[in-house]
Amino acid sequence: MDTELKTLFIGYGNPGRLDDGLGPAMAEAVEKLALPGVVVDSDYQLTVEDAAEVAKYDLVVFADAAISGPEPFWVKRISATGAHLSFSSHSVDPRGVLGLAKELFKAEPECYIFGIRGYEFNEFGEGLSSGAQANLAEAVEYLKECLHNNNLKEIRPEGGEIYRSAEQHEEDNKCKTENT
Amino acid sequence: MVSANQKKITIEPVTRVEGHGKVTILLDENNKVTQARLHIVEFRGFERFVQGRPFWEVPVLVQRLCGICPVSHHLCAAKAMDVIVGADKLTPTAEKMRRLMHYGQTFQSHALHFFHLASPDLLFGFDADVAIRNVIGVAAKYPDLAVQGVMMRKYGQEIIKATAGKKIHGTGAIPGGINKNLTIAERDEFLKDIDQMMEWCRGALKIAVDYTVANLEKVAPFGSFDSNHLSIVREDGAMDLYHGNLRAIDKDGNKIIDQVDPQDYHKVITEEVRPWSYMKFPFLSELGPEKGWYRVGPLARVNVCDFIDTPEAEEARKAFMAVTDGKPNNLTMAYHWARMIELLHSGEKIKELLNDPDLQGDDLVVKGERRGEGAAIIEAPRGTLFHHYKVDENDQVTMANLIVSTTSNNEPMNLAVQKVAQDHISGVAEITEGLLNHVEVAIRAYDPCLSCATHALGQMPLTVTLEDQAGNVLDTKSTK
Repeated sequence: MDTELKTLFIGYGNPGRLDDGLGPAMAEAVEKLALPGVVVDSDYQLTVEDAAEVAKYDLVVFADAAISGPEPFWVKRISATGAHLSFSSHSVDPRGVLGLAKELFKAEPECYIFGIRGYEFNEFGEGLSSGAQANLAEAVEYLKECLHNNNLKEIRPEGGEIYRSAEQHEEDNKCKTENT
Repeated sequence: MVSANQKKITIEPVTRVEGHGKVTILLDENNKVTQARLHIVEFRGFERFVQGRPFWEVPVLVQRLCGICPVSHHLCAAKAMDVIVGADKLTPTAEKMRRLMHYGQTFQSHALHFFHLASPDLLFGFDADVAIRNVIGVAAKYPDLAVQGVMMRKYGQEIIKATAGKKIHGTGAIPGGINKNLTIAERDEFLKDIDQMMEWCRGALKIAVDYTVANLEKVAPFGSFDSNHLSIVREDGAMDLYHGNLRAIDKDGNKIIDQVDPQDYHKVITEEVRPWSYMKFPFLSELGPEKGWYRVGPLARVNVCDFIDTPEAEEARKAFMAVTDGKPNNLTMAYHWARMIELLHSGEKIKELLNDPDLQGDDLVVKGERRGEGAAIIEAPRGTLFHHYKVDENDQVTMANLIVSTTSNNEPMNLAVQKVAQDHISGVAEITEGLLNHVEVAIRAYDPCLSCATHALGQMPLTVTLEDQAGNVLDTKSTK
């Protein structure tokens, strides 16, 4: 593992909305691994100041819950290119964070997003469903192996895009809480 | 129900506000606006979710309500639980740590709203292309300003982290006090940057003032209407965002209620349910639902208080009140100016608190005689926030009632939309993007946080639908 590489892991979501807490749960799991050179953060959502933090790192990994898509998880490399320009809520998406990091801080870290498949989103409640827990365990193991080998790679479903446009991503996830 | 000679325009969702909002504008046969409504799908399961939980868990649990202002819910719940545990007066360290947390929250929230959400409207104009009228557009044309917004937000968030703990699991405020003080190292880190923050606050205030004054002719009638205003104030009438008693004034500044203890909020405020909305409509009981609605938030707070107890913000308040000869300011767009006065006030308060040695004290928690019921009010960034709980002998919550600020501003936002629609849509059969932008600008002035009040559903492009009296779609337009 390249310990010179400065890595930031950010898991986001609302642990009070069941599987929407997958992002923070992954952050908690990654923090327990105590991987050298990896700083872990978690929050309910991404906001503009994350751009300032992201700009300090070589590698940035986001993790969020996905209401649809492949099981147990997908991984997509993303960049500031195609950042969602219509900022329309208090929160921003990962591409928006990268867009601001590039525009304001002239930083373009290598960046990946994990979409961990969840199943229960529409009630208040703490704790992950059993399916989400299993998917989380696989995602954590994959990240651990990749970072250990300095070889984080995309995992896509067969024959399709995963992280499409920000608008489509929002549409895909419209039944989950928007990290409220 | 839409009558036989009415048409309906639906706008959904309102962009650049939280969650999923939808606006419906009803037109008569001559395309004159008869009514406008902002629909918010309130998610009320949380109050049931809290029932049965131990009361000491509640200040942590309520943060799950909203990722935008978890600190406001955290502190308001903790204040209500202070009442439950009989902690009528906190230790100086606990009270000041909580205040630092709260002013940090207000600071970052107001900075985020101004630089991220409002400044595109003010810097580029309401009619500017949406492709540039956003924060990326601001970053490209005014990079220094955009960096200031990001760094101010980060500063406030760091204060929250130092006082409340982790962002997701903040546990700073507990029933009867606080669980940590501020270390010297933490204090010095914040002091290092506070003068820069203050300078940026002054700059942001100047933008809001200059914009409003230079565009007064356009701004004055924009979504504006006379209203009552409500907030808490200190016993001497000073603005106090953390603690105080309820005061409401009418459009001319006459007091309707004053110095009402938070425990008695339910005696002066009634919550009405309307068939077309899941949200509650609170109103001042003595005036009834027709006349008793009120505005909350920065505009209301600056109007309601007698003075601000920090020198720079007080000077800014006087300049603000001078525009209306000392009477309440009822301009919707004046929210931006008032919000920046509070940003400056929050900066001054943070600096004052950082220099107070009580923050390094070790006496953190007090207890008193246990009670079965407690209510608390705090001025969240968006307005007055109420938390009310009943707890049984097993320490379990049996009742929870929350009134969030966006709920209180529900009626005013409806009126703002109606006013803008009347001024810009009446008589025009076609829906234009410019007209929709004006509706959005009016709603954004209130900085509504629908995720507090709703199960937010994510965001889709703005869509407008014009329907005839039979419900047939006549025209639909969407933003890009």
